[in-house]
Amino acid sequence: MLKIRNLEAGYGNLRVLKRISMHVDPGEIVTIIGANGAGKTTLLHSIAGLLRISAGEVLFKGRELRKTAPEKIVGLGCSLVPEGRQVFATMTVYDNLILGGYVQYKKDKQAVSRELENIYELFPVLRTRADQLAGTLSGGEQQMLAMGRALMARPSLVMMDEPSTGLAPLIVRDIFRIISQLREAGNTVLLVEQNAKAALRIADRGYVLETGKIILQGPAADLLENRDVQRAYLGREKIE
Amino acid sequence: MYWEESKECMTREDLEQLQLERLQATLFRVATHVPFYRNTFRKMKVDPDGFRSLAELRSLPYTTKEDLRQNYPYGMFAVPLRDVVRVHASSGTTGMATVVGYTKNDIKNWAGLVARVLTAAGLTKDDVVQIAFGYGLFTGGFGLHYGAELLGASVIPISSGNTRRQIQIMQDFKTTALVCTPSYALVLADTMLEMGINTNALSLKYGLFGAEPWSEAMRQEIRNKLHITPTDNYGLSEIMGPGVAGECRECNGLHINEDHFLVELVDPDTLEPVEPGEVGELVITTLTKEAFPVIRYRTRDLTRLLPGVCPCGRTLQRMSRVMGRTDDMLIIKGVNVFPSQIENVLFEIEGTAPHYQIVVERQDHQDKATVLVEVNESLFFDEMKKQRALVEEIKKRLATELGIAVEVRLVEEKSLERTEGKSKRVVDKRKI
Repeated sequence: MLKIRNLEAGYGNLRVLKRISMHVDPGEIVTIIGANGAGKTTLLHSIAGLLRISAGEVLFKGRELRKTAPEKIVGLGCSLVPEGRQVFATMTVYDNLILGGYVQYKKDKQAVSRELENIYELFPVLRTRADQLAGTLSGGEQQMLAMGRALMARPSLVMMDEPSTGLAPLIVRDIFRIISQLREAGNTVLLVEQNAKAALRIADRGYVLETGKIILQGPAADLLENRDVQRAYLGREKIE
Repeated sequence: MYWEESKECMTREDLEQLQLERLQATLFRVATHVPFYRNTFRKMKVDPDGFRSLAELRSLPYTTKEDLRQNYPYGMFAVPLRDVVRVHASSGTTGMATVVGYTKNDIKNWAGLVARVLTAAGLTKDDVVQIAFGYGLFTGGFGLHYGAELLGASVIPISSGNTRRQIQIMQDFKTTALVCTPSYALVLADTMLEMGINTNALSLKYGLFGAEPWSEAMRQEIRNKLHITPTDNYGLSEIMGPGVAGECRECNGLHINEDHFLVELVDPDTLEPVEPGEVGELVITTLTKEAFPVIRYRTRDLTRLLPGVCPCGRTLQRMSRVMGRTDDMLIIKGVNVFPSQIENVLFEIEGTAPHYQIVVERQDHQDKATVLVEVNESLFFDEMKKQRALVEEIKKRLATELGIAVEVRLVEEKSLERTEGKSKRVVDKRKI
C-alpha cells in the first residue's frame, strides 16, 4: 500500500529525516516509535504532502506522492489524524465530520450521510454530541472526532499522529481499542506514538526512529522483546 | 504447504523493499555496536547511512572466517552478553573456533526458519522427528530441534551415534522423519539390512539431510533403501545454523530464506559477481540477526542459483546443492576440519616431523580419517611401546582439537608424497 525508499525531508537547512525506508501492507497496523524530536511527525507530514520531500520516493498504491498536493493525497485515500486533534473548535461536531468527507464526496449527499452513519456507529458518542461545538468536547471525545473526521474520506490508509497525547490512561485504552477495531474492519493504520508499549501491543510491525533514521524494524512482538527497545522506550531495566 | 506464506511467496518487489529496510537497519546496528565493522567501514570509506539500494551491496566489505577468529570469542557480537540467551560455536577448539550468539528474538526467528524448511520438506505437526544430529555447540541438533517443536511435531532428541539404538527407537517410537547427515542415513539403512529389518515396515516418510556434501546418486540410494523422500537443507553456524535454505518436495534446489539472508555469488578469485546461473562462492549478509549480524560473509561454499520459477509456489530463489569448497576445509562425519588444526596439534608434539597427510575414505558409508605422521628416524627404531604411546597421545590431542576420532599412523621420515617440496596434505578418496 505504502512504500517509502530513502526519504529525506526537513525544514530549511535542517535535515530531519535522513534516509527513511519503510512500507505498510494492506490490513496492517504499523507503528513508528521514537523519542521526541526523532522525526516521527515530520515523517507523517512528508507523506501527507504537508512538507516538501528533498529526496527519495514515497509510493502510495504505486503512485509517487512527492509532488502531489495534500488534498489530492486525501483524495487518493491517505488521511492524517493530526497530533493534538486539531478539530475546528468553533464548529459543531457534525460540521467537522462533514468537512472530513468533502474532498472525497464533494456534494454527493447520499454518500456523505452513509459515511456519517458509519462513523456514528464506530463512535456513538459523536452522534449524541453532533450539535455541540467541537471545542466543548473532552480530550478523548476530540480525539474520536479527529479520527472520525479522517475516516469520513473513506481512506485506505489512516495515519495517526500521537493519538494518546494528553489523554487520561483509561481514555488511552479506549483509543487503542478503537484503533484495533479499525484494523479488524479492514482499515490500514500507520500509527506514530510515544507510548511505545501500547502501540507495539496492537501493531503488527514497527519501526524505531532515532534522530531521523530507522535503527530497528521488525514484527511488533519482536520489538517488544528487543532489549534496546525495552531500555530506551519501554522503561524496563535501568541502564546500570 | 507453507509455514509463512506471506514471506515465502512474496513478489520480488516487496521482497526487495523488505531487504533494503532490513539491511539499512542492520548496517546502522553493526556500525554502532561492532567495532570491527565500524573500523572497516571507516577504512573503506563506507558510509552506512548513505546506503540506498541493494545494488550498492558490492561497495560493502566482505567478512571472512579469519575476521571472526580474530574477534574470538565475543568481538563480533552486536549486543551485550546479557542480551544473549544462547551461544554456539563452530567445530574446533580455542583460537580456531568461531563463536556465535543468539538473542531471544534470534532463537525465535531461527526456529521459524527451520519450521519453514521442515514444512517445505513435507512435515506437519503430526510427524515424529528423530534428530540424529549431535546436540551441543554444533548448531545442527538444537537448530532442527527448536524448528520441529515450533512446527508442533513430536521431537525425539536422540542425538548422534549408537546406530542400533537409533534403529530400535525408530521402530518403537514410529519415527516418521529422520534428521541427520546423508551418509549416516545410509549407515542406518545398511545396519537395518544387516539386522534383517524390513525397511518397508518402518513408519519413516521423510528425511532431512544436511551438514555435509552429498549427491543425487546418494539421494537415489537413500530413497531406494529407506523408501522416503530425502531433502537437502543448508546452513552454517556463522550465519545461524540450519534454516538458511531448504528443499521443497520438488527436490530441485534449496529455497533460500531471502527475507532473512541476502545472497550473492562471486568468483572466489576475482570476487566479481558471477554470471547468472554460473557456479560461484556463496556470500551471505544477515538481515535480521540481532546478536551476531554479518555483512557479506564469505561462506567458502560453491553453489549456483537456479533460474526459473519453482512449481511449489515459493518465490524464494533456489540454490543448487553445495558443490564444494573454495578452501581446504574437510567435512568429516559432518564436522568441519581444517588441515591447519591438525598441523597445530602435531607442531606441539615432540618427535613428529612437520609432514603429515590426512587420508579420508568412506567405508560402509562412514567417513574414516587417518592421519599419517612422519616421525624422526630415531623414534622409529626405538621400542614399540614408545611408538604406541605416541600414537595414543596424538590421537587424544586430535580428538580434543577436532571433536571427532581419527586414526593415526606413524610413517618413516620422507615417506609421504611431496609435490615441489611440499607434502600433499589431504587425500580425499571419498566418492560421493
